[in-house]
Amino acid sequence: MDIILHVWRQKSAADKGGFVRYDAKNVNEHMSFLEMLDTVNEELLEKGEEPIAFEHDCREGICGTCGLVINGSPHGPQRGAATCQLHMRTFKHGDELWIEPWRAKAFPVIKDLVVDRSPLDRIVESAGFISAHTGGVPDANAILIPKENADLAMDAASCIGCGACVAACPNASAMLFTSAKVSHLGLLPQGQPERIARVLKMVGTMDEEGFGGCTNHQECEAACPKEISINFIARLNRDL
Amino acid sequence: MRRVTNLYRSSVGKKVLMAATGVIFVLFVIGHMYGNLNAFYGPDSFNHYAEFLREMGSPLFMHGQLLWIIRIALVVAVLLHVVPALQLWIMGSRARPVKYAHGLEIEETTIGARTMRWGGLLLLLFVVLHLLHLTVGSIHPEFVPGDAYNNLVVGFQWWPVPIAYIVVMAALCLHLYHGVWSSMQTLGISHPRFNRYRRPIAVIVAAVVFVGFIATPVAVMAGLLALT
Amino acid sequence: MQLDSKIPSGPVQDKWDKHRFELKLVNPANKRKYDVIVVGSGLAGASAAASLAELGYNVKCFCFQDSSRRAHSIAAQGGINAAKNYPNDGDSIWRLFYDTVKGGDYRAREANVYRLAQVSGNIIDQCVAQGVPFAREYGGMLDNRSFGGAQVSRTFYARGQTGQQLLIGAYHALARQVGIGKVKMYARTEMLDVVVEDGRAQGIVVRDLVTGKIESHAAHAVVLGTGGYSNAFFLSTNAKGSNVTATWRAHKRGAAFANPCFTQIHPTCIPASGDYQSKLTLMSESLRNDGRIWVPSGQKDDRDPGGIPESERDYYLERLYPSFGNLTPRDIASRRAKEMVDSGHGVGELHNGVYLDFGEAINRLGRQVISERYGNLFEMYERITGDDPYETPMRIYPAPHYTMGGLWVDYNLESTVPGLFVIGEANFSDHGANRLGASALMQGLADGYFVLPYTIGSYLARLGPIDVASNTAAFHAVETETSDKIKKMLDVNGSRTVDSIHRELGRILWEECGMGRNHAGLKQALEKIPVLRDRFWQDVKVTGRNEDLNQTLEKAGRLADFLEFGELMCYDALQREESCGGHFREEYQTEEGEAKRNDDEFAYVAAWEFTGVGSTPTLHKEPLTFEDVPLSQRSYK
Ligand SMILES: Cc1cc2nc3c(=O)[nH]c(=O)nc-3n(C[C@H](O)[C@H](O)[C@H](O)COP(=O)(O)OP(=O)(O)OC[C@H]3O[C@@H](n4cnc5c(N)ncnc54)[C@H](O)[C@@H]3O)c2cc1C
Ligand code: HEM
Ligand code: HEM
Ligand code: SF4
Ligand code: F3S
Ligand code: FES
Repeated sequence: MDIILHVWRQKSAADKGGFVRYDAKNVNEHMSFLEMLDTVNEELLEKGEEPIAFEHDCREGICGTCGLVINGSPHGPQRGAATCQLHMRTFKHGDELWIEPWRAKAFPVIKDLVVDRSPLDRIVESAGFISAHTGGVPDANAILIPKENADLAMDAASCIGCGACVAACPNASAMLFTSAKVSHLGLLPQGQPERIARVLKMVGTMDEEGFGGCTNHQECEAACPKEISINFIARLNRDL
Repeated sequence: MRRVTNLYRSSVGKKVLMAATGVIFVLFVIGHMYGNLNAFYGPDSFNHYAEFLREMGSPLFMHGQLLWIIRIALVVAVLLHVVPALQLWIMGSRARPVKYAHGLEIEETTIGARTMRWGGLLLLLFVVLHLLHLTVGSIHPEFVPGDAYNNLVVGFQWWPVPIAYIVVMAALCLHLYHGVWSSMQTLGISHPRFNRYRRPIAVIVAAVVFVGFIATPVAVMAGLLALT
Repeated sequence: MQLDSKIPSGPVQDKWDKHRFELKLVNPANKRKYDVIVVGSGLAGASAAASLAELGYNVKCFCFQDSSRRAHSIAAQGGINAAKNYPNDGDSIWRLFYDTVKGGDYRAREANVYRLAQVSGNIIDQCVAQGVPFAREYGGMLDNRSFGGAQVSRTFYARGQTGQQLLIGAYHALARQVGIGKVKMYARTEMLDVVVEDGRAQGIVVRDLVTGKIESHAAHAVVLGTGGYSNAFFLSTNAKGSNVTATWRAHKRGAAFANPCFTQIHPTCIPASGDYQSKLTLMSESLRNDGRIWVPSGQKDDRDPGGIPESERDYYLERLYPSFGNLTPRDIASRRAKEMVDSGHGVGELHNGVYLDFGEAINRLGRQVISERYGNLFEMYERITGDDPYETPMRIYPAPHYTMGGLWVDYNLESTVPGLFVIGEANFSDHGANRLGASALMQGLADGYFVLPYTIGSYLARLGPIDVASNTAAFHAVETETSDKIKKMLDVNGSRTVDSIHRELGRILWEECGMGRNHAGLKQALEKIPVLRDRFWQDVKVTGRNEDLNQTLEKAGRLADFLEFGELMCYDALQREESCGGHFREEYQTEEGEAKRNDDEFAYVAAWEFTGVGSTPTLHKEPLTFEDVPLSQRSYK
């Protein structure tokens, strides 16, 4: 199949950037979306042009490195999948796709489709952990944890830190990411001692980093490749 | 106190405040709607209601006192509701300087959610006019203090007025459709077993308020409520 | 070059305790006077950086991803082993030790493996304390499962995302130290060389991947936790960025490289679907617990699998290994699959896979049970291939997955370059010639949390809190060398893309140094690789400039190293005239086609010394002795 691409090209943070059209000819339906971009890039290279810069690493939906907004949907149309898990069979011949980077003040563009997501790391660095130093910890089975809590914590912990929630949120709020972190630790007995301080600090950092406030649009949940639930947002609000 | 100010400084704190005041509004609006329905039991019962508003709380309070307290409370609430709303609004738009080429694909968010802000402002505007109209009477053709019933009916004689009211009520309905659900989310009223009822509750509140409120203007237009 | 493994004397159970007592300690007040560089933020790197910072050292941590949390460890699915014996099924430190040495086909150091088994329990305690949400039973206790054909249930797991959860645990510990300023994190920064001066590692030279700036960092000790080199094959289950650059450049500066030909090919991956394929996806090994592997008895049989009657199906693993059946170890399962495909029994459009069939299991246990056990894996498979494993059998094929080889380290995890420590998959590790499932995560965390923090202290104590500076001639020399190399790559401006050359290298290594190796083939590879390497330097096309984010340049730099390293893999495979674990020399097999080990001549670690690009490296041997696990042929019949 043939696909028409309009890709956001931006030389550097300073450059203002704009869309450039590329025609991806005879694309194989088994290709992943990123492999489709690879082939476009190979052609660009053959022509001696600079290939499209986009981020990826694991290419199996777990590292959270990839992330493109395709026709207004972060990670593309497929639910519960990261960009790298998207396959061309979800598109059809002649489709016209607009490919953009995450758009948020907190995520400045570095080049083309590559953005700087370090604010998410700083949210974690501010308090997103349990202060357990190496060694001297009790036996793993010393603290029993009800299966339900462990499973719920796991749901929250499966966040891959991709930032799609921010990209999808009309307010560019990082609330889903932050609430997932807060809930993962807050649901476990080990996380109780620092629970309240943790929420306050993390939300504080989140605001400082220039994200918007959450006004319950639920778009983040829809875009999240791990389908993290906004119930965690309610949980964060309660803790606060 | 510092806890509170800190809370307010955070984006979440602002939301909590809006949710709280929002809930106050909801209660007020429902009560108010109920009151308006008195109109159907004739002038006297309606005027009694208006009178009751003022006698409310006696002998503890003197004529009109409690009403004033409520009025003041409402004004404060409006401020505490609107100011953070605007702050969040600004915060949100600052957070996305560059917009998407064709906007975001809508997956979940509702018209309600997306019209909260403009809808809210519309409501604000309405409340002001509405007070001048039916409470103060300054923009009322022939306002007779104390005769709320006739003020109401007269006020709705010229058709654009009731139409405008109905339109605003539609906006209010939307505002609540998201607001009621949203406030539960914001206040952390969330539980696996309860969550599936949150949407329906919002729908019901919104619908009841809408119907309850437009009943009067519609009735006036239909001539069911005539002058005495 | 001297290989001194520094293995403590005494019975294997007491070695580590004895050694820890003998190690010199750094006075608590002095710790802040020492700087340590940790390259890598995977399980090994992150756990080491966090632990060292907690002890009081000043740590600088580097990774090439945009966040330390994205290290490739995140992709690990199945689980992590520990000799906790929670299920009370007869596990013990000794058994884990025994299984690992035997599973590694007797090419690992007993002392290291025993220590690994010893600390395995602490790892689980540590992770739980950090809030890793391991799977639990209804009683609230930790759940275990049997993994990779182990006879006991010693594997702890967090859904199909164990690596992710363990890494997030380590990442949180690291983030905490970054937050309080004890660790300075350098993301999007690639290490391009080690600086060795006065006979010890003094620091590293890095490239800022955003600005292209070449910078130096000096420290009292340098730790490499930079992962494995499976991407030498181009197509592997590793993340696209995984590379050999850090370890290779260290090798060129004098660190011996051990057992480079010991690579693990994982049997259950999704076959390539076309020549545009960019990487291969692993399907958790646990699938083999219920799935049955078969191919059509006839060749090039293109019938729909459902239409092939039982009589015309060859369940070859069950046929060849009645007792272990579909659960035979990775190397065997992989090799047999390759045989089937090579002999024309391959399935799928490209005839490049074998069936992993759940039909029988679904009939026996019901769709419900199967979806509880493998639901997310089935989804993943359907998402990638487009067919539904509940309806038609999966297609699987082996893929490069893990590299047992790596920089040679002694018992202290110190390489042959003093002050240069190597942890995790990057070192030649404790897995011998074949790694058991769920043991790499264990080793990475053991090294980082519980071994390195002790051993590095002893080195630092001996070194003393001397001044370190990166503005010396030695650093400048390496910086210029690095910049020149980059400039050279940008100047070639030829016609071949980096990926096309990498694919070619991958094909050579896969054919000649993959699952089956033989003298002639390896000789050929040793002819071809230098030619390809020259082609690279004459004809590669690297667009853009050094001064900004340039992914083509990054890839080119990594490929340049793979092109040198590939040769070493072949030298090593050629030299080892026996079959053991993942290394199968076709000349050396039993009648039934099993690996034939030669303990008399090859019970050693092959540690290579760099002698210059293109010139034959020098082989050094560290003999291996087996006192506690008697040598025996593996038999899974
Ligand atoms: C798909 C898959 C599934 C697996 N499943 C399991 C399993 O179930 N159980 C198990 O035990 N093992 C499993 N493994 C193996 C295991 O995941 C790895 O061996 C282990 O995680 C390696 O960890 P590490 O810290 O040594 O290296 P990595 O996690 O690879 O980390 C490497 C780090 O080094 C950095 N780095 C590399 N080069 C440079 C450079 N030049 N400059 C700067 N930084 C650099 C990277 O940024 C990264 O931070 C699996 C592996 C794969 C591929
Ligand atoms: C069709 C709909 C409505 C009708 C017919 C109506 C009618 C009236 C009447 C007759 C009064 C005067 C009562 C009195 O002074 O004795 C009044 C007062 C008031 N109404 Fe409404 N109202 C409507 C909708 C609303 C809405 C939607 C709001 C708020 C969102 C609102 C807020 C108020 C307020 C704040 C007062 C002043 C109460 C007081 O302080 O005396 N009204 N309304
Ligand atoms: C007076 C002018 C008003 C303005 C400017 C206004 C504006 C807003 C805004 C911007 C929000 C935030 C919605 C969101 O983004 O989630 C909001 C929420 C809400 N509003 Fe209003 N509103 C007004 C009046 C009212 C009235 C009259 C009611 C009730 C009848 C009401 C009830 C609510 C509720 C319940 C919420 C939910 C709070 C939350 O999101 O948690 N508001 N309002
Ligand atoms: S919450 Fe979901 S969308 Fe947001 S960062 Fe985590 S995984 Fe990505
Ligand atoms: S979309 Fe945005 S508004 Fe809240 S619910 Fe999600 S963060
Ligand atoms: S590349 Fe790792 S999640 Fe997409």
